[in-house]
Amino acid sequence: MTVLICLKTGGPIKTYILKKIILMFPLLAGITFITFTLTKALPGDPVLGMAGERASPEVIEKIRKEIGADRGIIKQYFGYVSLIIRGEFGRSYYTNRKVFEDLSLKFPNTLKLAFASLFIAVPAGLLCGFLSAYNRDTATDRILSSLSVAGLSLPVFWSGLIIMLLLSLQLKIFPPSGTGDMRFLVLPAITLSLPAIATLTRITRTSLLEVFDMPYITTARAKGIPWIKLHLIHVFKNSLIPVITVIGLDFGSYMNGAVLTETIFGWDGIGRFTMEGIMKRDYPVIMGCIIAGTIIFVMINLVVDILYCYADPRIRVYEKNR
Amino acid sequence: MKKTGKYALGVLVFLSLFSLFAPLISGYDPDAINLDSIKEPPGFDHILGTDNKGRDIFSRVLHGGRISLSIALIAACISMGIGLLVGLYSGYVGGRTDTFIMGLVDLVLSFPALLLAIGISILLPPGIYTVMISIASVGWASFARIIRGNVLILKEAAFIEAAMAAGCSKPRILFVHLLPQCIPLSLVMMGLKLGGYILTEASLSFLGLGAQPPVATWGAMISSSRVYITSAAWMVIAPGIMIAVTALCFNILGDALRDRYGIRTEN
Repeated sequence: MTVLICLKTGGPIKTYILKKIILMFPLLAGITFITFTLTKALPGDPVLGMAGERASPEVIEKIRKEIGADRGIIKQYFGYVSLIIRGEFGRSYYTNRKVFEDLSLKFPNTLKLAFASLFIAVPAGLLCGFLSAYNRDTATDRILSSLSVAGLSLPVFWSGLIIMLLLSLQLKIFPPSGTGDMRFLVLPAITLSLPAIATLTRITRTSLLEVFDMPYITTARAKGIPWIKLHLIHVFKNSLIPVITVIGLDFGSYMNGAVLTETIFGWDGIGRFTMEGIMKRDYPVIMGCIIAGTIIFVMINLVVDILYCYADPRIRVYEKNR
Repeated sequence: MKKTGKYALGVLVFLSLFSLFAPLISGYDPDAINLDSIKEPPGFDHILGTDNKGRDIFSRVLHGGRISLSIALIAACISMGIGLLVGLYSGYVGGRTDTFIMGLVDLVLSFPALLLAIGISILLPPGIYTVMISIASVGWASFARIIRGNVLILKEAAFIEAAMAAGCSKPRILFVHLLPQCIPLSLVMMGLKLGGYILTEASLSFLGLGAQPPVATWGAMISSSRVYITSAAWMVIAPGIMIAVTALCFNILGDALRDRYGIRTEN
């Protein structure tokens, strides 16, 4: 009902957002189906895990009934989804703690690291992109472009170690690893932001150059619009649209735990939690991290899509004229 | 092709040859433990030094290159093969099949790539095949999407219409007329993707999901030596430089190929 009212009273933006939200459901269903298949394919029988290796056949049968392992695969899938919705990701094999509780404990740390990296990456990436585009085909442009290709080719777990070696072990400016205040945050945030700076530089440059060549820029220039106004209103606004996507994607991938960076710097977030799970083959932990990470990733992409529609009036017009 | 692209290709050929003939060049057995020469810094005997078990790092880096390069190349070929077939079929058939297949592609692409690769590789026993499979099972999707887009455009071309009018069968149109047209695009895509695959391979072996010790891979070498970073930094530096240089060359080559053939790979 509310949906209908929304559709009637709301403008084109609301329709667009609603459509995006509705499209999420098949996507989430697909994602849970894949993780469900992965869980089913994992080595080891969960029933045996619960009952112990030497349980009598009657006990095993009883547990099998209780958790619904004797039901059809479709029913099992629905049971699985309802467990996830209730935040029931199972317990760790080793600590016997609920995976969901651990995830929510570690999430704030991951969030902190993600924001810190964006805080470095966005200004730096935009600046390099602008410098590159406004000095097109000069030495600055070439150097920045080569640096950005190089940034994309560095393995983060290695650049992290090198940064740690230089800034922490040699110069002793920052603590090498651990979780704590701002000082602990700097090195992992720099490491994580390097590839993001590289992508942002590239996208900003390409996008600016594309807008420079647009006929409406020529028109605006012919009208005699002052340089500063031309660039602020006509160029920036239009060229920043693809940049939003990249920032969103980066943020999304930080949120599911920068597995490698967090491990290197001992940052107690979801990424390190995943790594510990992998090391100990703690399947409930690994699956919990994958499910939670993917759902967060998809949600952030949804938010980016919505922001997009505010940034790009073409979407609004398109939706209106349908 | 741009000059930088040629240089990158040259470096890659050089690296591949070095890795291929590693046993002849390196002079040391990569897995031979020598407790008399533990953590020796780079010098005359060992060009890149030795690790915590006295193994020659130069030899291990070269042998690691064999594994890393072949995993990335094979994974890229599998991804391209699957992506090419799926994309061709999906684009040509259209309709509901197309919608369904592209839904599947979107699904795979909506996963954070490394997490999905981790998910797949924990199912299988760790090893080089596991890494190939997990890279390819994520990688095919982007190939399929690009190829399908290309097929949608090609489908409207006059030569396809002519082939249909001449009574060509569906497989003939798909494989004789459409497939060759998609090969250049697939190769450019492969060039662009290889750098990323090198990094994914390194990450998975860093996480211990790749080839198991004592086999040398670049990622695993960094992983096992990172505790020695204060006392023997060269153990970490050499394999990392190899990963970075290889990925860099593939990325430069991919960009050069893309510019050369004027192909847009976004969207």
